[in-house]
Formats: sequence, structure tokens, C-alpha cells
Amino acid sequence: MSTGLERQPAVEVTEDELEAIVGDRALARDDHLNAPGFVIRPDDVQDVLKDLRDEAGFDHLANLTAQEYPDRYESIYHLRKYADPTQEVSVVVPTTTDEPVSQTAEPVFRTADWHEREAFDLVGIDYEGHPDPRRILLPETWQGHPLSRDYDQEKPQLVTLTEHANPIQPDHHDDESDTMFLNIGPHHPATHGVLHIETVLDGETVVDVDPDIGYLHRCEEQMCQQGTYRHQIMPYPDRWDYVSAGLLNEWAYARVAEDLADIDVPEYAQVIRTMGAELSRIASHMLALATFALDVYGDFTAIFQYGMRDREVVQDILEDLTGQRLMFNYFRLGGVAWDLPEPREEFIEKTRDFLDGLPAKVDEYNDLLTANEIFQIRTHDTGILEPEVAKQYGCTGPVARGSGIDYDLRRDDPYGYYENLEWDVVTKDGCDNYSRVLVRMQEVEESAKIIEQCLDLLEDWPEDERTVQSNVPRTLKPDADTEIYRAVEGAKGELGIYIRADGTDKPGRFKIRSPCFHNLSALPEMAEGEYIPDMIASLGSLDIVLGEVDR
Amino acid sequence: MSSEQPEQPRQQIYDSTAPSTDTRDSRIGEGADDRFNSKLREAFGSTPFILTKFDKFMNWVRGNSMFMLQFGIACCSIEMMHTYAIKHDLDRFGAGVPRASPRQADVMIVPGTIVSKFGPRMKRVYDQMPEPKFVVGMGSCTISGGPFQEGYNVVKGAEEIIPIDIHVPGCPPRPEALVYGIAKLQERIRNGESTPVVVKPYELEKFGDLPKDELVQKLADDIDEDDLVMRYNWADSP
Ligand code: SF4
Repeated sequence: MSTGLERQPAVEVTEDELEAIVGDRALARDDHLNAPGFVIRPDDVQDVLKDLRDEAGFDHLANLTAQEYPDRYESIYHLRKYADPTQEVSVVVPTTTDEPVSQTAEPVFRTADWHEREAFDLVGIDYEGHPDPRRILLPETWQGHPLSRDYDQEKPQLVTLTEHANPIQPDHHDDESDTMFLNIGPHHPATHGVLHIETVLDGETVVDVDPDIGYLHRCEEQMCQQGTYRHQIMPYPDRWDYVSAGLLNEWAYARVAEDLADIDVPEYAQVIRTMGAELSRIASHMLALATFALDVYGDFTAIFQYGMRDREVVQDILEDLTGQRLMFNYFRLGGVAWDLPEPREEFIEKTRDFLDGLPAKVDEYNDLLTANEIFQIRTHDTGILEPEVAKQYGCTGPVARGSGIDYDLRRDDPYGYYENLEWDVVTKDGCDNYSRVLVRMQEVEESAKIIEQCLDLLEDWPEDERTVQSNVPRTLKPDADTEIYRAVEGAKGELGIYIRADGTDKPGRFKIRSPCFHNLSALPEMAEGEYIPDMIASLGSLDIVLGEVDR
Repeated sequence: MSSEQPEQPRQQIYDSTAPSTDTRDSRIGEGADDRFNSKLREAFGSTPFILTKFDKFMNWVRGNSMFMLQFGIACCSIEMMHTYAIKHDLDRFGAGVPRASPRQADVMIVPGTIVSKFGPRMKRVYDQMPEPKFVVGMGSCTISGGPFQEGYNVVKGAEEIIPIDIHVPGCPPRPEALVYGIAKLQERIRNGESTPVVVKPYELEKFGDLPKDELVQKLADDIDEDDLVMRYNWADSP
């Protein structure tokens, strides 16, 4: 069991109390499988969300789903609590088809800013009073809203290549200032992929940061809406957070689909899943450490290569288990694809060898990195993210835990086999780049603990109970209009999925809640007022993966 | 004390004009194998000249010293990093120095999905590389759009935008496959073969030069005549 003891249990809010808080602003009830849902008028959004936040303690806007029905548009605000994520409530805001205008939630939850931009971009709902109503994922010049019902994919599109002003020329933000514009990315080694950051500098200090995303928007939601539940969706999650965290992402889909279609998973498969997922987490955190060292002091020769060396070992183990190095496609609804590889002892021994060597390696990283004076000077007290701010932006995962927010879905909203194992949630309250790195480093050790216990269990599991999959029908057709939001603790934080079933064997709406999307949106808070190298360090410490940010 | 001894053995070696084979013999004994330099010597005889065509020589040189562009796009770039790093170590094949700037690179590995917003940027990066330049397309996404082929925003293969020399299939290709692809590219370069372009790529054009159809008219107020744009005709894509 994890350290549930020192946490303050959140006050339970009953449904009656919720009804009392929403009062007669609720037009109807629209319950989801995971949470009670209230339908409200488009001009009550801010009031209702504010009351839910202040009176009932729902301080985490986990997700915003926008979708179009034949007769209306709908925005769904999925709220939960940082203190107890099992308490959830959905706020459903329908708008008419001719005039899809809804009030913005941005003043209540900062994170609604990017969410509503995305909803406008892909579905076409306007949010009244939004501070920055631009497209976010698609180019500015795009015509139409691709996830709306009448979108024609064959139509040609134009994309501009805007030449930015010569950076040496001054860019006068306003009359007083003497600032300069700097364009980072989308092709730049420090941006971890194809991220574009528009920065305004005053001398060496960052005055304004605007991350421009969408350079890897691969229509993941559309792809999942075109696939059948049973087999065709599972390969895609691997490609969201592709830093080898595949199994964690697959679990997100497995969890939501299993809850939606009411599928049982054999306990043995849950243990294999838990072990595989933690191996993925180690691989992912290793890359985060390796590239962070690269970002902070250009260490390509030692730490980067060491990180890669250790990842290779993990990838080998995962390859033995799943058959692929990176895109595993190993989970199935109701279990996993196959049992541990034969000879089983050899696999278990190989994994144990890796775990035995890990403490020495972690010590080495600590010597090279966290105990290194240069590193400490570079990362201590830079990129400050206060817990309250982090919550406003919906940050989760190591970023939130580095700011002292004790939030880990593996413990707080248990799934898999985590409940029955001994491990701890790592939190640090430094709120700076250094804490975030420390959290990752120690999470590697915790993951190793979990894997070790799983191995013991797997070794001694009774031979005749080694069922890896339960019986699942070939075609799954969940009932029409069942809606569900479920999340797991991915490598970067809360990775959630919302599905609305429409009675067919494909989802009616499939929405991905990406942890990186939220974490990245907090970058301006961390970087403004700092030096530019510290901004790069902050970006590295967020550990974003563009595949997941843009989806 | 040593300065009082003019006849140091080391100094003798420095001053000597005897051929270095003698030095070698005196160091490791007579009749040792020719590992150090003699094979070439023997082949050329006493002349230090070889006759070859200049471009043949240049192709040979090019194939053996390639600078890669450090260019990460999507999932495939993770495997590309593993190809550069220990264990696979692309450097062994004379092709492993990642360069952050396109101005210094010869080879661009395109590791991932190209989407509409990134297309013009990639074209620009490609244009910035000096000639002669080569491109390796890594993964199914650069062949056809891969798993995302039906996406509204996904370019159906990198060849829609830039010419590609070698396609490495896979999703993602294993590092070994990428190494093989690069070895193949080196072979082609040594043989002086250049890229066949199979499709007419999307080009960057000035907005003012585009035919005035419905879309262009609609955007006329937002886009400057001189701005560069790329026009995606999705219906014509495979
Ligand atoms: S080919 Fe596969 S692994 Fe490579 S970028 Fe495309 S989806 Fe990712």
C-alpha cells in the first residue's frame, strides 16, 4: 500500500449536495458512467463551475470534450478533485447548431484557455469572452472544423510559411519597451520534437512566451473514431506518448473500454500489465533524464549515452515480452496478448538482473547529475511552478508532484494490481526544475520495487491459473449514449480518455486528455521573468512529447 | 639531469630521416606484419599517385563522410536516437555526426509523420541544406502516411514535399533497418546515383501566383501577396 496515511481525505460530496449546489441552473441530468452529469445553459458556465470549485472542492478541470450531435453541439467539462480523483462530476453545456456560442470557463480554470481553443479548432464551438480565440492545432488559414459532422476532407487547404522578422531587429512590444523577438523551433534540438516557441526577450530575460503547437497533429482522435473497439484502436495509443511509454498508454484505452463494455480482466494479466507498465515508465523517465542533461549542459557524451544504454536494456526486456521494441500493441481488451516468453525462468532472471544493476546506475546518475554543482546551480530555484498555479493549469504527473501536489492515480484511483503492492508516491515541494528531475529519478526506483514484487508473484503463480485473457466477444457494441471518462497514470501524468458509444462497434466520440498538453500550457508561468537558458531547462523538465501534446 | 644527455633515444627518432618502417622494425622486431601502412604502399609501388576520375573520387569521399541533420519529428525519431547512441552506433559507418543546423548537413533522415502545418517548414529546412543533399525516409509515415494515412491533416508521405533517396519501411523500423538503409544510401552515393522524383511535390509558392479559385479568394484578405504558401490538394493525394 502506498502512503495514504498522511493525506487529508477529501470531504465526500453526495449527489444531493451537488444537486443543491447546482440548484435550478440544472436543466436536466445527463449521468456518465463515471460521474453524475448536469446539463446547464451556455451562459451559466462560469457560475456553475465556480460554485462547484469553491463550494464542493472540484479544483481539477481534467478535460473538456466538445462534440457535435445531429441537433446540437455539446461541451462537457469533466471535473474532479486533486485530493480525491474518484469524486467526479460532469457539466454538460449544449448549444444550438446555428449559433454554437457558449460562455468561456477561462476565468475559473486557466487550463480552459487551450481546451476551448482546441474545441473551437476541431469542432467549431465559439466561446464567448475567451481571451485568445485562435486556432491551436491546425494552421490559421485552415477552412472548416474537421471533427464537425459536415467536414469534407477532400477540399484543398492552404498553409502559409510566415517569415519572421529578422531577430536582430528590435521588436517593440509597446512604446516603452526595448525588446527583441526570438523564434525557437519548430525544428530545434531543444524543443524535443516539433514545437514552436515564440519568445520575446528583454536582454537575456524572457518577457513573453507563446508555445505554438500543432506541428504533429496526426488526427489521433479521428483515427480512433474510425476504428473498432476490439482490435483497431489499440495500436494508436502507442503512438501518443511514443517515448516507449506505450504500455501505459495502452492501459488508458484498455481501462476505459473495459469499464465501458464491462469486461473483466484476469488477475494474472493484471500483474503482467502492472509489470510491463512500470518497465515502460522506467524507459520513459530514462529518456527524460538523458535529454534533460542534454538541454541543461549539452551533455551528449556521458549522461545522454548512459540513459540510452539503460533504455536499450529495458527495451530488450519489453521486446522479449511483447515482440516489439517501441510500438508494443500488447494489451488486449480483457487481458494481454500472450503470456511471459518461454523459457519463463530466463525472462525473469534477465529482468531481475536489470533490477539488480539499477541501484548502482541510479547512484551514478546521482553523482553525475543531481549531485553535480553546475547542475544544481542551473536548476535550483528556476522554473518555479507554485502548486496553486499548477492546479489551475491542470498539471499532473511528475510536474505536479515536483510542486508538492500529492496526486497519483495509481494510488488515488486504483486500477491494475497497484493496490496490493508496496510502494510510495514520490513528491517534492521545491516547485523548481530540480525537484521535477528528482521526482523522476526516485520514481524509477519505486517502479523497480513494483516490478520486483510483480516478478515474485509471476514466478509463483499457480500453473493452472495463468489465464492471460478473459472471454471477450469478437464485436463489441456498447449501448448507445453511454458516456465515460477514465484515466490512468501515464509517464507524464493523468492520461484520460472520454468515449461516447453510439450503438455501433466504433466510438461516436473519442477524446484524449493528454497530460503533456496541460503541462506545456504552464510553460509561460514558469519561464516569464527568467533567463532564456532557464526557459529551455524548464521546457526540458516538463518532459513533453509532441505526439501527445498535439495528438 | 636529462638535459646533460644530448643523445636521448627519443631525440634520435625525431632527427632520423630513415623510413618509418625502420623505426617500426626497431620497435617491434623484424618481420612483424604489415598492419601499419604497407598494403597501400605495396599496391601503389613507389609512386604516390593513383589515377581515377575526380567525381568518382568525390563520390567515394562523400559516401564515407556524411553529416546527418539532427531532425526529430515523431515516434521514429526515438529509434533514430537509438541508432546514433551506443549499441547501434551509426558512427561506425562513417555517417553519424548529427548536425543541428541544416547548413552543415548532407543527409536528412525524415523520422516521422508530416502534417500540413509542418510541411512548409520541412521544405524550408531541406532547401537550406547545401548541395549535394540526400534524404532517407524513415518509417511508414514517410512512405504513405502510415497508420495515419486517412487523417485529415496528414501528408501522404514525405515524398509529396521533398524527393527521397531511400525508404526504410517499418513502424518504426528497427535501428538495424535504419543502419541498413543508410548503408544502401552510401552505396548509391558511391555509385553516383541520384534521386528519381516520382511525384510532383507540393511546392512553396507566393500567394499572389496561385490561380484565383474559391479558396484563394476567401483567404485574400488575410494573406499578403508575397507570403509563401503551400497548397495541399488532398483529393489528388494517393
Ligand atoms: S512510421 Fe510509425 S513509428 Fe514511425 S513516425 Fe510513423 S507512426 Fe510513428
